[in-house]
Amino acid sequence: MTKVAGDLTDAPASTRRRPAPFVVTFYRSAIAKKWLMAISGIILLGYVLAHLVGNLKVFLGKDDINHYAEWLRELGEPALPHEVLLWGMRIVLLGAFVIHIVAAYQLTMMNRRARPQAYRSPRDYVAADFASRTMRWTGVIVLLFVIFHLLDLTFGTVNPGYESGNVYRNMIASFERVPVAIAYIVANLALGIHIFHGAWSMFQSLGLNNPRYNAWRRYFAMGFAGAITTGNVAIPLIITTGIYP
Amino acid sequence: MKVTLNVWRQRSPNDGGSFQIYEVDEVSPDMSFLELFDVLNEQLIEKGEEPVAFDHDCREGICGSCSMMINGRAHGPESGTATCQLHMRKFEDGATITVEPWRANAFPIIKDLVVDRSAFDRIVEAGGYITAPTGTASEANLILVPKEVSDAAMDAAACIGCGACVAACPNGAAQLFTAAKIQHLNLLPQGQPERWSRVIDMVDTMEEFFGSCTNHRECEAVCPKEISIDFIALMNRDYIRAQFKQRRLTGQKS
Amino acid sequence: MTRLHWSPGPAAAPAPPVGKAAGSAANGLNGRIPEGPIADKWSNHKFDVKLVNPANKRKFRIVVVGSGLAGASAAATLGELGYAVTMITFHDSPRRAHSIAAQGGINAAKNYRNDGDSVHRLFYDTIKGGDYRAREANVYRLAELSVNIIDQCVAQGVPFAREYGGLLDNRSFGGAQVSRTFYARGQTGQQLLLGAYQALARQVHLGNVELHERTEMLDLVIKDGRAVGVVTRNLVSGAVRSFSGHAVVLATGGYSNVFFLSTNAMASNVTAIWRAHKRGAYMANPCFTQIHPTCIPASDDFQSKLTLMSESLRNDGRIWVPKEFGDERPPNQIPEEERDYYLERRYPAFGNLVPRDVASRAAKHEVDAGRGVGPQKNGVYLDLSTAIARVGRDVIDERYDNLMQMYERITGEDPYVAPMRIYPAVHYTMGGLWVDYNLMSNVPGLYVLGEANFSDHGANRLGASALMQGLADGYFILPNTIGDGLAPLLGEDPVPTDDPAFAEVESAVSDQVKQMLSVKGTRSVDWFHRELGKIMWDDCGMARSAESLEKAIAEIPELRSEFWRNVRVLGENESFNQSLEKAGRVADFLEFGELLCRDALHREESCGGHFRVEHQTEDGEALRHDDEFSYVAAWEHTGDHAQPALHKEALEFEYAHPSQRSYK
Ligand SMILES: Cc1cc2nc3c(=O)[nH]c(=O)nc-3n(C[C@H](O)[C@H](O)[C@H](O)COP(=O)(O)OP(=O)(O)OC[C@H]3O[C@@H](n4cnc5c(N)ncnc54)[C@H](O)[C@@H]3O)c2cc1C
Ligand code: FES
Repeated sequence: MTKVAGDLTDAPASTRRRPAPFVVTFYRSAIAKKWLMAISGIILLGYVLAHLVGNLKVFLGKDDINHYAEWLRELGEPALPHEVLLWGMRIVLLGAFVIHIVAAYQLTMMNRRARPQAYRSPRDYVAADFASRTMRWTGVIVLLFVIFHLLDLTFGTVNPGYESGNVYRNMIASFERVPVAIAYIVANLALGIHIFHGAWSMFQSLGLNNPRYNAWRRYFAMGFAGAITTGNVAIPLIITTGIYP
Repeated sequence: MKVTLNVWRQRSPNDGGSFQIYEVDEVSPDMSFLELFDVLNEQLIEKGEEPVAFDHDCREGICGSCSMMINGRAHGPESGTATCQLHMRKFEDGATITVEPWRANAFPIIKDLVVDRSAFDRIVEAGGYITAPTGTASEANLILVPKEVSDAAMDAAACIGCGACVAACPNGAAQLFTAAKIQHLNLLPQGQPERWSRVIDMVDTMEEFFGSCTNHRECEAVCPKEISIDFIALMNRDYIRAQFKQRRLTGQKS
Repeated sequence: MTRLHWSPGPAAAPAPPVGKAAGSAANGLNGRIPEGPIADKWSNHKFDVKLVNPANKRKFRIVVVGSGLAGASAAATLGELGYAVTMITFHDSPRRAHSIAAQGGINAAKNYRNDGDSVHRLFYDTIKGGDYRAREANVYRLAELSVNIIDQCVAQGVPFAREYGGLLDNRSFGGAQVSRTFYARGQTGQQLLLGAYQALARQVHLGNVELHERTEMLDLVIKDGRAVGVVTRNLVSGAVRSFSGHAVVLATGGYSNVFFLSTNAMASNVTAIWRAHKRGAYMANPCFTQIHPTCIPASDDFQSKLTLMSESLRNDGRIWVPKEFGDERPPNQIPEEERDYYLERRYPAFGNLVPRDVASRAAKHEVDAGRGVGPQKNGVYLDLSTAIARVGRDVIDERYDNLMQMYERITGEDPYVAPMRIYPAVHYTMGGLWVDYNLMSNVPGLYVLGEANFSDHGANRLGASALMQGLADGYFILPNTIGDGLAPLLGEDPVPTDDPAFAEVESAVSDQVKQMLSVKGTRSVDWFHRELGKIMWDDCGMARSAESLEKAIAEIPELRSEFWRNVRVLGENESFNQSLEKAGRVADFLEFGELLCRDALHREESCGGHFRVEHQTEDGEALRHDDEFSYVAAWEHTGDHAQPALHKEALEFEYAHPSQRSYK
């Protein structure tokens, strides 16, 4: 596709992509993928926030959080049958998650192809920060964590004292294992770093740019990442250290 | 001054290549970085070794020919400055300086520090123009352009096409180059008729050659013309809008 | 002296005979100026030229060499018209052509400021600025077309500076008393070139223009007296390849780099037009070179090129030197009354805005007298402090921001703190291949545009007029005149590149390359270039005398023969080899420099950029001799060992009557 050096002028211009249905051509584009990542990112951010708000109820006591869990299942009733809205949300969430991951994977591959030969001398980055350069790693950590987290607290497969419907108890049971609590903390720090870049980056990907509020995009990302991380880290930390309950 | 240069030497596109170390004495702080290479090359010729190949022409920071990765930074340590405008006073006496070519799949190395950047031309050919065949133009002052718009278009149009954005981007993406050209034209009233097709055609061509943007901001940081990544955001927006736009209606004002 | 270097064809055969050299009228050259009143000539001419029917245009192939303003605009427009165009440039992209570096602006007689400008005034200023050594008809046409250029560029999206109301802004520029200069910050050339490049890119995409980058034209091919193509070398692979066409257009820029240090880009050279000259095209007025007054002085011996600070700085800057000889104080500590604002003193009417040559010689005068400033004592001050006090730093910042940054970057000094140091440097070459009103050289089928031709600027170019000329040539003139030469060729195919005419030139080109590689001497190509530059600058620079020129004419051939005995070009032909590229260019400069000096020697007068110390007024101003030298000197190559032959094209002035310039 790229022209061969030495034959600079005679190589044909790159070939055009074949026509295809709109959704396919749209998705082929990296900018569209980034746009989808931003949209799915917003859904995931919303979820992460709601999840945190709900889980902080653990500090209000057993009944509060269990009641909240029950409320989630009843959401949408009586218009919708039991748990339907919850499942709807779960499907949307899963969809967003899959899109976010698949697009990220494909873009990563594209970027690898764009520079098959790395620089041979050390890079001296000026603007690219730790968060932006570790998105894929923090992303992978978060993915692994989510899997574990589901097995631990949703399905209970890896939770020693799992009791369906008793969120409070399950959390305590899980965090009483120090290594698990540490893993939770590390994973949530990774999530925070991921959000720190992602929650700013999404504005760029969506094309939301206006000198009047550009600076606030950064503050928003910092604030959001900070709040989520503090909350998410606080739960295992406080439970494991026995400060609470 | 005296410096040690660690320079990437590669005989031909398919050759392996490696770093070579050269000492250059009698470096004047007022010398430009490319003049340092002139002196090095004189030295090499004297010794019967082939001089280091590097692209350069205007030596004023405007043609975009010069392209060196200096100590891990595109165009070296001084921000807003092309390699040819970098002066030795920015380095310490006795410094060791490592110089590599731009590296990207779409920028194959021709020799030493020279790469082929013609992928940029392909992007412009895809739509980086306003169709205005000679002779068709109306009186210039019939087109009013608000000063803010014209200034913003000029900020984007200042791009010199050096490729530092690609070189610096951890993803090897050419978004800053492409966005600068698209937005130069898309911001102006003259650019409106082709606005939506331009962004689609240019972005699609760009993506055939280069990586994708993950908003590292590294391109903006090394750009010798300090072109803002705001233009990338505007390009993203235009691209998505162009995808959904009912273009038959774009001639209508709301 | 035995000349070792290559000459066209086997055993220094004379250049192939040029067919019926266009306009070789008995009593000199004929520029084929159309009849009629000056204001009607161009319209009449457009009606009189032969046309090529739209359906037939694609049957004609035109080879355009050079992608600067002139070449890119021509190739794009010819492509739009439907011609099949081959574009050749040694740059890696057409956008890198030297035109990109022009800073200040482009003139046009729009009279948007309502300050008395008109096509006639621009015409008159250009003729007068050129010291009455340009063709009236050409200059009038240029002034007429200037307005269309602005329209064209705005339509393309060139982001010219604007006022708050959204209208185009103008400024006045060196030597002009009206504000007619359009600009895009300090990057006008860049924006205009990008406009032309983008139009060209569109044609490449549409398949009307075939683009060959990193391809250097090394010779012109002539068959039966017509230019039929060029021979090139691919700079990456070393492959020698011919391109054939019904016409060849050279838009290869100026030759300032014959002086080694100049403001031109490093790769700018004379090769294309010099080799065309050796094949029969006449070289006109090579001694008309322009020195630009506002460049940053050289800092040391490693200096590889000089950087221009846009002349627009003279609008706001005041030029001075200390009155005291060898005053070592920093500029801020020199009180007003101890400063000599010598331009304001000597030229009260124009002050700091006197034409380039006047300002340059005045600076040289001060520096030679020992009042130079800076570490090397090789500059004068350009001081913006009065303007900053008047309009504020913000306005100055807005006007010159990138220039200020550029200055600081290069010198390490902040121009807001201390005045800038400037000194003249070679900047532009008015001379070039001779062309007629159609922009065709004396070789049929060979057209020359932009700085590469000699037209329009006479002995001195006004600021902001080169961009105008390049674009007028490329967008508007050539596309209208080329049909005249092509129409009679309808039905003929281009000469195939396996024709013996091509084969012969190809082997000559390969031989020269081989010869340069085989010398294996001891001195680098740059060394020769630098030595040549020294000779040219010292003996044929800002002030020339018969004595200095004769000295140069004696020294250059010696240097040239040393080049062919002792140059060291390493590496091989078959790969990217910048020394080899440069060697070919320097070899041509070494021949061309001599012709430049000969022309300067023959022109026993001072005019515009050509200043002969023997010919000056009592106040040291240039003294023209209209009775003897009111002509274009067009030189014919008569063989490597022979003196060039002089052809004269008489200049007549019906509308702008020669007067001695006075800027007092
Ligand atoms: C620093 C600077 C500032 C200037 N500022 C102004 C200004 O403000 N206003 C103004 O009016 N003018 C200005 N000028 C002058 C003006 O820029 C030039 O005269 C003009 O741009 C020349 O354009 P051109 O198209 O003739 O040639 P160029 O732009 O020089 O283009 C020549 C082209 O020919 C190609 N070429 C040459 N030889 C060969 C070969 N053998 N084979 C293949 N390709 C070849 C090159 O690749 C290049 O693309 C300035 C000049 C300089 C140096
Ligand atoms: S050499 Fe032209 S930008 Fe550096």
